[in-house]
Amino acid sequence: MPLIMLSSPHAHGGDSIRVIMLTVILALLPAAGVSVYLFGWMALLLILTCMVTALLTEAACLKWMGRPVSALLDNSAALTGLFLALTLPAATPWWMAVLGSVLAIVLGKQVYGGLGYNIFNPALSARVILLISFPLHMTTSIIPMSALQPAIDLYDFSLCATLFFMGPEALSLGFDAISMASPLGHIKTEATLGVPVAEALAAYQYSYLDAFLGLEAGSIGETSALALLIGGIFLLARHSITWHIPFTYIVTVLVLAALFNGINPDQYASPMFHLFAGGLILCAFFMATDPVSSPVTPLGQILFGIGCGVLTWAIRTWGGYPEGAMFAVVLMNCAVPLIDHYCRPRVYGHGGRRA
Amino acid sequence: MPAMLRKIAQRLGMLQHSFTGGIHPDMHKVSADMPIEDCEIATLLVLPMKQHIGENCIPLVTVGDRVLRGQKIARSEGYLSVPVHAPTSGHVVKIEEHAIAHPSGMGLPSIFIESDGLDESDDSLDPISDWLNTEATVLRERARTCGLAGLGGAVFPTFVKLVQDKRFPVETVILNGIECEPWLTNDHRLMVEHAAEILEGMAIIKHMVGAGSGIVAIEDNKPDAVAAMRQALALRDDMEGVSVLALPTRYPQGSEKQLIYTLTGREVPAGKLPMHIGVLCQNVATTKALYDAVVLGRPLTERIVTVSGDALVKPANLRVRLGTPMRSLFARQGLEDLSGIQIVHGGPMMGERLKGPDVPVVKASTGLLAMSAEAMGEAHSVEQPCIRCGHCSEACPISLVPNLLADQCRSDQFEKAEQYDLFDCIECGACSYVCPSNIPLVHYFRYGKGQVALQRREQLFAEASRKRSEAHENRLLREKEEKAARRSRVRKTHAPKTDEAKAELVKGTASEPAVEEDK
Amino acid sequence: MTGLLYALASFGVFALVAGVVLAIAQKVFHVDGDPMVEKIDALLPQTQCGQCGYPGCKPYSEAVASSQAEVNHCVPGGERVMLQIADLMGVEPKELEAEAAAPMLAFVREDECIGCTLCIKACPVDAIIGAPKQYHTVIADHCTGCTLCVEPCPVDCIDMLVKPELIEHWSWPLPDTKRAQQGHERRDHHASHA
Repeated sequence: MPLIMLSSPHAHGGDSIRVIMLTVILALLPAAGVSVYLFGWMALLLILTCMVTALLTEAACLKWMGRPVSALLDNSAALTGLFLALTLPAATPWWMAVLGSVLAIVLGKQVYGGLGYNIFNPALSARVILLISFPLHMTTSIIPMSALQPAIDLYDFSLCATLFFMGPEALSLGFDAISMASPLGHIKTEATLGVPVAEALAAYQYSYLDAFLGLEAGSIGETSALALLIGGIFLLARHSITWHIPFTYIVTVLVLAALFNGINPDQYASPMFHLFAGGLILCAFFMATDPVSSPVTPLGQILFGIGCGVLTWAIRTWGGYPEGAMFAVVLMNCAVPLIDHYCRPRVYGHGGRRA
Repeated sequence: MPAMLRKIAQRLGMLQHSFTGGIHPDMHKVSADMPIEDCEIATLLVLPMKQHIGENCIPLVTVGDRVLRGQKIARSEGYLSVPVHAPTSGHVVKIEEHAIAHPSGMGLPSIFIESDGLDESDDSLDPISDWLNTEATVLRERARTCGLAGLGGAVFPTFVKLVQDKRFPVETVILNGIECEPWLTNDHRLMVEHAAEILEGMAIIKHMVGAGSGIVAIEDNKPDAVAAMRQALALRDDMEGVSVLALPTRYPQGSEKQLIYTLTGREVPAGKLPMHIGVLCQNVATTKALYDAVVLGRPLTERIVTVSGDALVKPANLRVRLGTPMRSLFARQGLEDLSGIQIVHGGPMMGERLKGPDVPVVKASTGLLAMSAEAMGEAHSVEQPCIRCGHCSEACPISLVPNLLADQCRSDQFEKAEQYDLFDCIECGACSYVCPSNIPLVHYFRYGKGQVALQRREQLFAEASRKRSEAHENRLLREKEEKAARRSRVRKTHAPKTDEAKAELVKGTASEPAVEEDK
Repeated sequence: MTGLLYALASFGVFALVAGVVLAIAQKVFHVDGDPMVEKIDALLPQTQCGQCGYPGCKPYSEAVASSQAEVNHCVPGGERVMLQIADLMGVEPKELEAEAAAPMLAFVREDECIGCTLCIKACPVDAIIGAPKQYHTVIADHCTGCTLCVEPCPVDCIDMLVKPELIEHWSWPLPDTKRAQQGHERRDHHASHA
């Protein structure tokens, strides 16, 4: 039997896709934990539904494409499901979660050819589709258990299950009764009424500490800057991501916010507010750094981060939607092949250095 | 330390230069403390006609001839070529093709020598003990005639490098004692046991190229080698400007381009040679061989080979005669049954997997590794899609973008691959080592390079064929024209001049042809 | 209503301006390219074998350039040349009709050669040397494997041998993985859109 040709190297470092994806899932656990603390069973139901749907959809797609179904053990579908769940508000009905997961796997990944071929971040592209299709649901959050007066007891399983599967009508509650706007959403609506930022935040009873710890309304996984930072630093330490994208993304937003806040603090929120608000840290450390849809080269990553930062801040301030992070990342994903082509590092021996 | 901080520290002069990328594989230097053993001379030795980069050699002997150790049995052909010498005394029994250590399993014409057990030497070359007062050209010819080629594995003919070119003076001679490949310890043991000879070889090189300074570079995982070389250096008084440096262990520190950058801060420009920036690199084993050739008058007939691997219980560093069958080396170390064992010729990162052990040891044989199927299986798992993680680009010492390059090579986009600097790749394997998708990146690059070379060859042949075809057409056209011209001339010559003549011709009477003077 | 009119008018003006700019650019930045025939001929292997149905590579290039011939006639060139010509001409790649054989070299069995020079006359690249009543022999380095010499030989002493693979010319094949095969199938698309 002829031996197949095997080229050197005949040694391998042991890294694998499974381990990389698992590392990211582990890094998201603190944020998932905070989400359960804030939103109780709703958060858990959401996470479970999204992950299970994602895995099932991936299995079905692989089968249909004639690929080995064992490929879903590479944890990428599970990760996409978890990601999506963490970007959804707690009041998301079960069918929206299922739809989102299916879209994330099918339209976000498999339709391009499977893992490694997608242009857009799968979870984010599904989130964007959901946001545009169901704007009310996607921009309001249930009052979290950390609030002074939670509307319902989110630690009660039967209550949450009813709410999740049958909607607030089954509990004889209006949607407005159990929900509240996130800080970003609130200052946006107030800004259209001409209310200055500081006043709007005071009316909201906003606290920077609460925002840092995550004790506020929002999508279930994006509220806690602390939990996400822990996860992000874990990723950096494990070399799953490099510092380029998160650092430049966040710094760009801070710089822009500081600039405009300095010019007109009534109209433009402070950098600290922007840092803790919405999904900035979640997107900067986890979404924008998704390896498949982000640039490969360091310079490219820096440009990508700056672009995301500019777009995030611009959409938050001047755009129609309260949160711009996910749009920003998806828009910059389009530019990635171009960025990769023009931002290749200088090759050894090709000028530049002093000879 | 993150690359960014390292660069800043270098710019501030706080840290020596350090090449980008690189990896830290497990080194497995299990044979590092084993002194060099002399390997017994095999009964049948096979000497391929090409053990260097360049042209094949032409045999000088015929079947039945008796040869002595060190006798030239094949002469070099062309400029880039070095001769082959008999490794021991014996008789030539065959001259025919034999498989060589090549991934394809193909062969080369080889001279088969049956040893007579006497190991008599041919002492025709005089030792040159006073090399300091010998012309560099004489020494260079000695290097060539003794068959010296780069013993680090590249087997580039050594004499070609040992030249004084006034346009590109060499200021620094670098001895490459890095040996960054896992498992291999032959250079390590050579430095520990033959430090003095290596340094004398370095002195000879410095004299030949007229260099003022020199550096012996050794990785810091070989402290005994560093100590031995430093001790030997202190004993010589003609080595001012020479120092022994221990460099941080990182693969591929021993790659010439990376080594030069680390030691001098200068990069070898693409397409150019180290001598164009005033540097000359030489492997320590080659340097010792130069000492043997010049000072002892001995051609290259043997080399140190590390026999090791995870399937070999008794590793060793052996002094092996060239032409020894590799099977006998494994057998000597207790490995008789090679079923299920994969053989790697060289180190695991850049060495080639062989189809079988029945090939001879050649000048390039730095190591012989017996790898278990599990180890090879881990290294060659199923290829998965690229997730664009960028680890390959981070690891690349040349700062290429391997995942994009591999994709282009796989889909035959060779012009794009060349634009992305495919031919700057040194095939070190760091990218494939780190790839989480187990993509055989270096394999794709080799495929791409091979296809481009093939296309260029075919293009040249097509050009030449076109010229020949045009020449053929022109020749036929010319012949036709000449024929037509000849016919019209003959017709004119024999044509009737006047009307009466025409009439007579028609009647059939012969008339005197009007003689015309023309040519 | 006026808003709509303004919108239509502004887009219309923009389209007009863009059209004019493009028309000017086409004239001003026009590049005189090489004639198509030369370009196609440069891609062909110059075997001059006639298997394409034309008496040589140049005539075939002329036929393809004037769209009289399909791009898939060159047998020695194989799929690679077909894709390159299709890309150059901007047409869809077409399946090759004949299987390209391994490269061949002609070999004259000199013991049987009668010195008739018919094969010498047949060779389009003058790769056979000899003279009337002398042995003929093929210059292996010049032979393109076109087989035009085999027919004319009256004693049938010419063999077509498979070109031996030289170790110097050996190159790595694609890795033996499914993805490598898939990538190779995708090259058709890349070749036409490169």
